[in-house]
Amino acid sequence: MTMPDLGGLTCKEMVELVTDYLEDALPTDIRARFDQHLTGCDPCVVYVEQMRQTIAALGCLPEESIDENALNALTEHFRRWRAEPNREP
Amino acid sequence: MPMTSQRVDEDADLFAGLKRGDEAAFVTLVQRYQRPLLRLAIVYCRNLAVAEEIVQDTWLGVIRGIGRFEERATFKTWLFQILVNRARTRAAQEGRAGSFSSLEEEAEAASEPAVPPERFRGADDKWANNWAVPPQSWGESSDARLLAAETIELVKQAISTLPPAQQQVITLRDIEGWPAEDVCNVLTISETNQRVLLHRARSRVRALLEKHFK
Repeated sequence: MTMPDLGGLTCKEMVELVTDYLEDALPTDIRARFDQHLTGCDPCVVYVEQMRQTIAALGCLPEESIDENALNALTEHFRRWRAEPNREP
Repeated sequence: MPMTSQRVDEDADLFAGLKRGDEAAFVTLVQRYQRPLLRLAIVYCRNLAVAEEIVQDTWLGVIRGIGRFEERATFKTWLFQILVNRARTRAAQEGRAGSFSSLEEEAEAASEPAVPPERFRGADDKWANNWAVPPQSWGESSDARLLAAETIELVKQAISTLPPAQQQVITLRDIEGWPAEDVCNVLTISETNQRVLLHRARSRVRALLEKHFK
């Protein structure tokens, strides 16, 4: 079995470069080597995909609604501020 | 919340309304930012009641500080800077300052690798430092599994176990969807350290999901 061209990067290095890769923060030459590694290494393709899925899951956390009491209290403060005769600006 | 230029313009209009004393503009801004403010405040104090106080205090700071807002910053950045300052002060008063003394310090400290070393082949192997125990694809149905209630609960828990600086960065970047630049401005960290913290946080969450999906 011949060794595939892994861009001169080990899988151990790949998992530490993945965020810089996804953030588009790798120098051009390293980015090319990263892409080369992916063409020859299915597990690293899976790993990068899992990082993307993780980011997607984080973006899907449900939104909590606003507490009405907090909003009312703030609106009250706002009205008081607005009523101040010498308010800024 | 992706920072589109449209949203920046809307914020600017709403803020102009706020200055004029327009209550509807104020309420809209509160509704827009209350949840992300609360999410970040909880990272600092780990207590909902205290976090709510910090957020209320932040809005009062906005009302009182309207005249001091410099238009070269976006409203959002200014708002969150007020929150971060108040949250840090509060944490310091409560004796938890040590853990928040510096995000830069946390980024520069040694940390665990993204993947445990035993999952790679040893130095004497022909395939040294390549996978010994490779990740298994999460499969066809992975999108549905990622959105399942128990997965969401797991992700929330995973975030709460991260070191504070990592929590702050991943909350703003991946949960709120902010661009890196805004996170750096609000948390006052370098782009490099922001990426380091993000990397550690995402790697930890991925590892927990991997364990869960096995």
